[in-house]
Formats: sequence, C-alpha cells, structure tokens
Amino acid sequence: MVSLKTELCGIELDNPLIPASGTFGFGYEFAEIYDINCLGSFSFKGTTKDPRFGNPTPRIAECKDAMINSVGLQNPGVENVIKNELPKLRKCFHKPVMANVSGFSVDEYVYTVEMLDKEEGIGWFEVNVSCPNVHGGGMSFGTSPEAAAEVTRAVRKVTNKPLIIKLSPNVTDIVSIAKACEEAGADGISLINTLLGMKIDLKTKKPVIANKMGGFSGPAIKPVAIRMVYQVYDAVKIPIVGGGGVATAEDVIEMMLAGASAVQVGAQNLVDPMACPKIIADLPRVMEKYGIKNLKDIIGGAH
Amino acid sequence: MKDVLLTIKSNEKIAKNTYLMVLLGDTEGIKAGAFVNLKLDGFFLRRPISVCEVDGDKLTLIYKVVGEGTEKMSKMAEGEKIWTLTGLGNGYDLSKSGERPLLVGGGAGVPPMYELCKELIAEGKKPAVILGFGASDEIFFENEFKALGADTYVTTVDGSYGTKGFVTDAFDKVDYTYVYTCGPEPMLKAVYNKSTTSGQYSFEERMGCGFGACMGCSCKTKYGNKRICKDGPVLEKEEIIW
Repeated sequence: MVSLKTELCGIELDNPLIPASGTFGFGYEFAEIYDINCLGSFSFKGTTKDPRFGNPTPRIAECKDAMINSVGLQNPGVENVIKNELPKLRKCFHKPVMANVSGFSVDEYVYTVEMLDKEEGIGWFEVNVSCPNVHGGGMSFGTSPEAAAEVTRAVRKVTNKPLIIKLSPNVTDIVSIAKACEEAGADGISLINTLLGMKIDLKTKKPVIANKMGGFSGPAIKPVAIRMVYQVYDAVKIPIVGGGGVATAEDVIEMMLAGASAVQVGAQNLVDPMACPKIIADLPRVMEKYGIKNLKDIIGGAH
Repeated sequence: MKDVLLTIKSNEKIAKNTYLMVLLGDTEGIKAGAFVNLKLDGFFLRRPISVCEVDGDKLTLIYKVVGEGTEKMSKMAEGEKIWTLTGLGNGYDLSKSGERPLLVGGGAGVPPMYELCKELIAEGKKPAVILGFGASDEIFFENEFKALGADTYVTTVDGSYGTKGFVTDAFDKVDYTYVYTCGPEPMLKAVYNKSTTSGQYSFEERMGCGFGACMGCSCKTKYGNKRICKDGPVLEKEEIIW
C-alpha cells in the first residue's frame, strides 16, 4: 500500500492534487462530472474587492502543448463570492478550500482577505501578486521583493490562516522574491503563475488575443516551473505549492522531487475535466514503478 | 457534460472547405443548438463544433476547415476515435417558437438549424428556413431541409444561386412568429435589426474549456455577464448587447 498523503502548512491533504485558480471556477462545474472531494483541495477563482468583467475577447489562444489566456481576473467581487459562490462550493466540497485573492492595491488585498477570513471552509489564502499595482506605476507586485513583501505583511495582519503567496515567474530573480515573502510572514509559496506570452495570427497578421499578451500555460512550461520550484526550495524553509504544466502522475512526482509539498494542476483541467481524478487514480501505479511508498517522503528529493 | 469516445463512421467533403462527419457512440444529452468539444491528437485545446443532427447513437457534425485543427479533422478516416465532451451549451428553447418559426443559418451557422428544424417539425410546427452562403460552391443541405418539409430559401452574396445578397434579403419572402439563428456576428446583427419578432441567437467565441470553468468566452448581456459556452451559445434577442 502506498500513501498519497501530504501536508500543507499544518493541514493534512489526502493527496497533493490542487486544481489551480482560474481553471476550476468555484468547483461546482466539475462536481457535475465527479465527486471533487477526491481532491487534496482546490484553489478557487481569483477574487477581488470589486466585481470585474475582465478583458475583451478573444481571451484564449492555442499554442503547441500550451495555451495563452487573458481573462483579466473576471470575478463577481468578494461580496458576491461570499453570498452566491461559497454556498454552492460548500454543497459540493467538504474539505478546506484555498481562497485565491487578487488586488490592484495593498488595501484591496487586505479588504478581500479580511472579508473572506470570516468565512467557513477556507483552509489557506493564496495571494496572487502578479497583478499590476495601480498606485505603484502599474508594475506587478510580484516583480519586486519589496512590493511582494509589502502585500504579504499587510495581509498577514488580518488573517491567522496559512498565507501562501503565489509568485509570478516573469521576474529576474524568483529566489529573492520568495525569500522576501517568507521574511514578511508568509507560510508558504505557490509557483508558478503563467508566463507572459503572445501569439500572432498569420492570416490577420495581428495578435490573436484582444489584449495582445496573455498568460502562457500548459505542459510546455513545466521545465520552467520545475526549475523555479527547485531554486525556491533551496532558499526558503516554508512549504511550496508547485504548479506549471502538470498533466500526469509522473509530473506530480517530478514537481514533488523538485520541492513541492502539494501540486497544482491548471490548464489540463480545461482540456480534460477529469484530469485530476485520473492523475490521483494513476499515482499509486507510478509510485510503485519508481519505488515510492509515501509521497511525503520525496518532497525535495532531487536536492 | 460527459467525455465519451466516439467512432468516426464517415467524414466527407460536402461543399467548398466544408465537411460532414458522422460519429457513433453515446450521444445522450446532446440537443439542438448545443455543441460538442473534440480532442484531436496533437492539439492542446479541444475544438468546439455545433451539433447538426443527433439520431440514436449517431451524431452528425458539419464543420468548415478554418485552421490547423479542422484541417486535421478533415483528414480523419472511418474507424478513428475521438474523445468528445458532450452535453455542452444551453441549446435552443423550442417552446417559444410559435406556429411558424423562421430559422436563419449563415455558413458554418447552418448545421445547428437542421436538428432544430427536425425537432420543430416533429412538434407539428411549420418552420421556414433561410440559408446564407458566400457563393454557390459553398452551399450545403438545401435539399436536406426541403426533405424535412421546411420552406427553404437560399441566398448567396455573389448571386450565383438563389436570392442575391444576405440572409436578410430573403426576409420579405416569409411570414414568421419567431426567429432562431446562428452565423457570423455581422449576420446575427443584421437579423436582429431586420426581424420584427423575438428570437434566439447563437454566438461563436474562442473557448478555453467549453464547460464554464475558464471564463475565456465571456460576454456582457442585459441580464448580466454570460459565458458563451455554458450560459450560451444561445442568447435571447432581448438580452443581447452589440
């Protein structure tokens, strides 16, 4: 018998699988086709202080083994999430859920976390620092150690729940940003968010995406994610949620060997809504093949 | 929604850049105005294709070759299998049709009119159909609609067959109680402006997942934000914002 159990910031997970924010809504679309309680957890749709429609369409482009999205954090805003989405989520998911939060100023992050902190069923906060700071010249919070730490410190003051910072890979030195978040009070690091990408249509000779650029994700980005998880694992003591291009049980094991305590699956959920239960069902076979008894034992094993 | 493995029974060219594929397998939950999402080898995202006809275990799709994915589809042969997400999209609401609904399809928007027409006739309604194409070599299914018993009119932009012009140029030929339509957005807008009754309009958008998870195909309506894949592709005339 193999064990898929792992732990993330003091909360035990039945397995390391966590569908990534933005690819899983608030869970109930997927609950139509399988019992989502088989998951370790899931990270719900990025929630902001105010409702957002997001970017113009087309928002989606296909690439080789990957895709680009430019949804623009469409969500109904934290009040509607609490009123309409969380009750539906709780009906189909009975484990601690990861609350993904975004903001365009430090105050917005704080407001949204404070509102959600009172809600039942939230296990962790996952703070997405890839958003532009509208009061700071539009640079993403996640591109400087100081700005990422500022968000972390501010949010830290309003919640006692485990605080995980989700980092952008579009930076020169991911390690310094991860360390700054750890020093500012983060309980975990989640990486990677999407890479900034573009696709040009040869027929129209223009970018496919209305917003021109978007987040590049899918199996093609996995080596970048593995590398960054590996680097950050060496630099911080807090646990890592690894993600980026994960599509198979082998990918989950590779991500854990790099240093992830839990593993996110993103774009793959969109092409195969059964991706996560399939990976969970396949993990014991792959673990046996590679002589792994407890998944927990291999975290950071590649170091 | 479910992911089913369907087997290609036939796949043939029926007009310029236009193919008809018949798939066999579990077709439960597939309805008029809905779509399916096909996983093709070598492509990351699925291909959403509208439903032309569903009959027992037989699913008929008509698709236009517009890019690499549909190009690949056009070369697939009998016996090959395709993982297909079915039961996607809201589909048309037949209860609002009145006695003489008008069905307007343009190009790749023609196929969904077929299952709808078949079902309306089965309910004893008397639909009229307007099919719009660019030129005579693009025309398909005129005879199939006639065989169902629908009054069928064809328009071509270049005038090489039927009424010259756009679908709206044939509106004077028909009396109607309601409009069902699918086609490129400029056509939908022209139908919206020309028609004098309420109706249901089926939209197209680039999709990520096709089942409501990614918010890739959102649009604004008078009834709030909607996802073309999950809350659509069919919208009520009254809610559309152009």
